[in-house]
Amino acid sequence: MSKQRVVIVGGGLAGLAAAMQLAEDEIAVDLISMVPVKRSHSVCAQGGINCVNKFTRAQGDTEWNHFEDTVYGGEFLNNQPPVKEMCYWAPKVVDLADRLGVPFNRSPEGNLAVRRFGGTLYKRTVYAGASTGQQLLYALDEQVRRWEAEGRVKKYEFWEFLGPILDDRGVCRGCVAQDMFSLEIKAFPADAVLLATGGCGLIFGKSTMSMVCTGGASARAYRAGALYANPEFVQVHPTAIPGADKLRLISEAARGESGRVWVPRKKGDPRHPNEIPEAERYYFLEERYPKYGNLVPRDIATREIFAVCKDGYSVNPNTYAVYLDLTERATGVKAEVLRRKLGAILETYQKFRGVDPLSEPMQIFPAVHYSMGGLWVDYERDGHSGGLRLDSPRNQQTNVPGLYAIGEADYQYHGANRLGANSLLSCIFAGLIMGPAIRALFRDLPGGSVDKQPARLFEQAVGRCKEEMAALLRKDGPENPYRLHRELGELMTRNVTVVRNNAELKQTLVELDRLGERYERCGLSDRGPWTNQTLSFTRALGDMLMLAKVIARGALLRDECRGAHYKPEFSIAPPTAEQPDELREQARQWCRKYHAQNQQWLKTTLAKWTPQGAEFSYEPVECDSIAPRPRTYGLKGAEIIDEVWKAEVAEAAGQKAAAAH
Amino acid sequence: MSTPTSAGTILTVRVRRQDRPQDRPYTQIFEVPYQSDMNVISVLQAIAARPVTADGQATTPVAWDCNCLEEVCGACSMLINGRVRQACSCLVDELLRQGPEISLAPLTKFPVVRDLVVDRSRMFEALKKVRAWIPVDTYADIGPGPTISTEQQEQMYPLSRCMTCGCCMEVCPQFNDASDFIGPAPIAQAALFNLNPVGKMTASERLRALMGPGGITDCGNAQNCVKVCPKEVPLTWAIGKIGRDTTIEAVKRWLLK
Repeated sequence: MSKQRVVIVGGGLAGLAAAMQLAEDEIAVDLISMVPVKRSHSVCAQGGINCVNKFTRAQGDTEWNHFEDTVYGGEFLNNQPPVKEMCYWAPKVVDLADRLGVPFNRSPEGNLAVRRFGGTLYKRTVYAGASTGQQLLYALDEQVRRWEAEGRVKKYEFWEFLGPILDDRGVCRGCVAQDMFSLEIKAFPADAVLLATGGCGLIFGKSTMSMVCTGGASARAYRAGALYANPEFVQVHPTAIPGADKLRLISEAARGESGRVWVPRKKGDPRHPNEIPEAERYYFLEERYPKYGNLVPRDIATREIFAVCKDGYSVNPNTYAVYLDLTERATGVKAEVLRRKLGAILETYQKFRGVDPLSEPMQIFPAVHYSMGGLWVDYERDGHSGGLRLDSPRNQQTNVPGLYAIGEADYQYHGANRLGANSLLSCIFAGLIMGPAIRALFRDLPGGSVDKQPARLFEQAVGRCKEEMAALLRKDGPENPYRLHRELGELMTRNVTVVRNNAELKQTLVELDRLGERYERCGLSDRGPWTNQTLSFTRALGDMLMLAKVIARGALLRDECRGAHYKPEFSIAPPTAEQPDELREQARQWCRKYHAQNQQWLKTTLAKWTPQGAEFSYEPVECDSIAPRPRTYGLKGAEIIDEVWKAEVAEAAGQKAAAAH
Repeated sequence: MSTPTSAGTILTVRVRRQDRPQDRPYTQIFEVPYQSDMNVISVLQAIAARPVTADGQATTPVAWDCNCLEEVCGACSMLINGRVRQACSCLVDELLRQGPEISLAPLTKFPVVRDLVVDRSRMFEALKKVRAWIPVDTYADIGPGPTISTEQQEQMYPLSRCMTCGCCMEVCPQFNDASDFIGPAPIAQAALFNLNPVGKMTASERLRALMGPGGITDCGNAQNCVKVCPKEVPLTWAIGKIGRDTTIEAVKRWLLK
């Protein structure tokens, strides 16, 4: 074993994949997690994991198509080399999961069964019932336990990351963490720290995310100098069950297995959904997007559901909701087949709503689900393949040397909108490639290894964290942190989710400042020294308030529509003319505006912490393999845009070739 | 069934609390305004937002363990009205049909850390003991896994849904701090890995781990475990299977002596 150590923070799919790969590579790992790693948020992923497979290949599918679907889905905001590498690895990642014993559903011949997900026309998703994330996480958890038994991994569960430790040259030398029971604060010296700490959905109060998903760890790295990228890109999942404590996900797999979204054609139709005849149902996604139907990408499905409810078609008089129909009548699929493929989500709906979704349609509504943005990370392009150079220590490294981010905590793979069943892939992929990256880093550590660092560095870092904790514990003002969190969530959900506009975003920033002032007047209702959950929560609330501002300001500054970021005041009006020439001219105008928009905004947002607030800058996106094009998904009436765009690209290429001649 | 609960109703919530592992437990009563769609998690969240007891005393928020809130992480096991279950999938409307009060208490078979938080590390240690993993050669890309039939998959998947929540351990008469019995959940995991075509190759290791003291023979066949499992893991089937397989393993070892 090398004498170098790695600290991994977070034990979801990304953290566990990295831990097992590093352990196999004989690198010692300290694994820090706020929850027993088996309870990490990855367990909530339901539908599946994408890869080109035997069945799609037989229909002409390739890794390139998966790559293309992913960047088109992300509206070209994803740097292409890492995405390309990931899609080419996808079949290997799934083979590995299969060898690790993940009980994937099978075809009659014993192959991995597949289904279709959003944003693709291929059945590229393999799955284990409707609890694929849980099953993948368990397989990785088991492997890490195996290495733990052999002494290569040491777990620190119920420990919370407080911040990275940087030396005077700005190199990360480990981190500080706190035992959530005894409140002991301790330094973990390391030659590399990997943050695999997930997304930040709790900033929106209720979301589909787990209670640890505050973004606290990312915020603490950001506060220490790591750049935060694309904060404004937050995925709102189209189909969740509303609840008092949480919005529970109903997987896209429901639609992948023929589930259909509809509302009655008559507004406020009082009849039970089962009594409404076919002709009186408005399957709005299918009618508007005949090519992709119910499996348009999530941002589009969410906006359509939102719009239809706003237009008065909600199926629930007290709140916004539409039907997601899995009954045999709507799908034509037998109940027992769906039970085998979707069991876990059917149970969830039954348990929480008391209704069997196979006997009547579910009532669903969109919910905050995934952070496309996250800590900025680097990569090194392979000039030959157009993918990554895997032996580069730059892959997944933040701008702080020695500090890495993987999984939902990074911003790397999903651009402006993530495709369903790509997150499990990006998490495991990024974890696995940490093996070669860290080995390369250790061959030539910047400034020598961590054991040469003075003890003082670590003592001072622990000292600072202790002071911060003492200051928090002294807080005895009138504001209750849990109530402030509720207000933060309501504010962010109201103004910074599906539809955004600048007036409301400006108002949100003012209100966030006010919440920030009230946070200063917080009082901790528990100031004890043992298992103090209020302390941990209040600290995270401070982080959430900081990141909320970064998200809202990122959204305010980006004056365009791209993927999940939708600002109607900057949307380009689609061609509507009846007369063909006029229509074509309108489409030309549309394409010109879209091109201009890309010139200005096809850029990664970068936020840098300063004492006065975030400083924003933008960097170009590497679109080296696939040229950006309008993202219409075959919207009815928008065919002319695709046609004109194609003609203009061909014309430009012709002119370029002629000039070169 | 009682009449539907209306807004404006106040819930009475009796919580068994304990400040530290060595301290004596005590009970506090809270009053929480009822809302529709409430579950036990949202009751505890309401207490945290206003930590005042029914008699007006300011107190600390109740400590409890949770994460996913959709019954898939296994964290929020507790005794609710005396019955072990997950707090997230326990709906208040359903509890109110049982009676006007809600009582919450920590699991009794694990050491209390604080209030409703208990230390279940014994369960995770047991997974090491039964070597609950597939000992693959490498994580490098060496091709696909073994071909598996739908029938095999349907046998493995339900076992693989165990969340290590501890409900089965709580109701097992043989599992307690005076006994070494490993408990139902890890036995089911041994059965799962022995079903896998690759896991099978090291089945004897798992069986042997369950043949000594604290192993399969300590099961008293009360069959409580399978009744409380929130994920309907076929625990008694697995225990039966491991029971038979360990007998065969013992005979094999005797013959090979």
